[in-house]
Amino acid sequence: MIGTTFFLALRSIRRHVLRSFLTVLGIVIGVAAVVTMVTLGNATTAAVQSQISALGTNILQIRPGQGFGRGGGGPRPPDFEMDDLEAIAQQIAGVTAVAPQAQTSGTAIYEGANWSTTVNGTTDAYFTVQPWPLAEGRTFTPAEEQAGKSVCIIGNTIRQNLYRGGGAVGTRFRIKGVSCDVIGVLSTRGQAGFGGDQDDIVIMPVKAVQRRFTGNQNVSVMLVGVDQNYANEQVQASITDLLRERRKITGGKDDDFNIFDTKQISETLTGTTTLLTRIVATVAAISLLVGGIGIMNIMLVSVTERTREIGIRLAIGAVAREVLLQFLVEAIVLSCLGGLAGLVIAQLAIAVLSPLMQVSWMFDAQINVIAFAISAIIGVVFGYFPARRAASLNPIDALRHE
Amino acid sequence: MADPIIRLSGIVKTYGEGPTAFQALKGIDLDIMPGDFIAVMGASGSGKSTTMNILGCLDVPTRGQYLFRGHRVEVLTRDQRALLRRKYFGFVFQGFNLLSRTSALENVELPLVYRGDPKAERHDAAMAALDKVGLKDWWDHTPAELSGGQQQRVAIARAIVTRPQVLLADEPTGNLDSERSVEIMQLLSDLNRNSGITVLMVTHEPDMAEFAHTLVHFKDGLVERIEANPKPLGLAGSDA
Repeated sequence: MIGTTFFLALRSIRRHVLRSFLTVLGIVIGVAAVVTMVTLGNATTAAVQSQISALGTNILQIRPGQGFGRGGGGPRPPDFEMDDLEAIAQQIAGVTAVAPQAQTSGTAIYEGANWSTTVNGTTDAYFTVQPWPLAEGRTFTPAEEQAGKSVCIIGNTIRQNLYRGGGAVGTRFRIKGVSCDVIGVLSTRGQAGFGGDQDDIVIMPVKAVQRRFTGNQNVSVMLVGVDQNYANEQVQASITDLLRERRKITGGKDDDFNIFDTKQISETLTGTTTLLTRIVATVAAISLLVGGIGIMNIMLVSVTERTREIGIRLAIGAVAREVLLQFLVEAIVLSCLGGLAGLVIAQLAIAVLSPLMQVSWMFDAQINVIAFAISAIIGVVFGYFPARRAASLNPIDALRHE
Repeated sequence: MADPIIRLSGIVKTYGEGPTAFQALKGIDLDIMPGDFIAVMGASGSGKSTTMNILGCLDVPTRGQYLFRGHRVEVLTRDQRALLRRKYFGFVFQGFNLLSRTSALENVELPLVYRGDPKAERHDAAMAALDKVGLKDWWDHTPAELSGGQQQRVAIARAIVTRPQVLLADEPTGNLDSERSVEIMQLLSDLNRNSGITVLMVTHEPDMAEFAHTLVHFKDGLVERIEANPKPLGLAGSDA
């Protein structure tokens, strides 16, 4: 009986190509939409998270001024001094390293090529605070730092534009009238999560930048690495107290500097992308639902159309059970075919869209299984129940059905 | 004399309930002998189709007893009646009721598929049945590619492919012109005589009823009279 039923079900699908195709279409679109959207959403979240973790999650950025949105009137608060760095590094518990940043911008020139970029004066601590491995070459030696030698480590964008991607280590280029020996090339980081090309940078010893470009001993930004075993908030509070004391801010006066916790940014950004993924998943779930309603409609209409067929089959001696089983098998076969086609299309769409969205390809087994199961259940339920009603009719009533 | 293959006693069929209830059959008593060719006649609403449906186990009587080969039918379940239809009955309808987009051969094979016959046997039996109705060369045509008369002959082939004991035909010529109608009647007559199939046919055309051996007249849900046809048509024609 099972063999017979399968035979009849497959024959019926083959014979009604358009009807079968329309039934399948709803499932295909629903499954493909859900799987594609949720997978790309998750891939985006993962990409943002990996960018953030490359940034380093346990970093406090300290800048003069009252931070975003405030400030305005009054004289510009003073930059920090190298002594402030020393004080933080030595007096605050839980600080792994403190890196200065003295910045300037200028045009780098090498054999006729020129490129406008940012010069960042810092120390080796910079590479301790935020992990950023070198693609080739080396970091500064203590002697170079101490002497403020004109050596530099360049980002990949500089290498692309100034050296056309060729070898840079060992060469010398000029920037703002100063020649600079290239000792290292940074690994590629790509676009920052919040705009800007992270690879468009030249890193020099802080003393070199201060002496040759800015002409003072100031440090515009301090990057503080925090030990994982210490709470960022606690370290932040200690630094605030120390800096208020050193900058002679007393009583109820506001801080004239601000401390930016990358962990907070990362949590905020992760929260945002997770929320976006949820929204996208909801939209996708709605499209699956719409697909499901499409399947339901086609199934209902086709069963109504097929009531006479059911009557014929019953009249010539089919048992109701056999007719039902045939419809069930048809529904299962169509739903599964549609589900599989949807999964395949989703993988293709993900493969095409991932590079465009600059996220890495990813396969999320869970969403594939869920989408497939839901569409299959919809197909089977709506294929089965109308057929059950039709098969329970008196054969003669089913035959008279128009 | 042989026992009747079918015996109806006091068959009542009521549709609906309460004051709007309609009694289609008011107590039918009818014996049908094996090998008979019966034309059931009567005006619309006289209960002839209802009786045919009950005889064919497509419907059940509200009251009364239906004996088929000495066994009570009205007490059987849906599935048991389906199996009874599968084994003993063949149906021909006014509207042909063939499966669309399905070749003549596959339409004829269908009852055998449900019976579980192996593929080769199914094919041979269906081709033999198509040969009997003169459509052997049309086996791969779908109903849409066949004329009304041809479709009805496919339906007859489907009805006889299981070698049923009883063939029930509800206005088999109702949708056909007179020439095709005579061909169909000739075919039924031949099947009745050569294959020993008991044929029950509902018709309101006296010309077609002339092919039957027994004429049963219905009126208002009752059998009005039964008459024998001393000289049925079709006997001479089949020899030619």
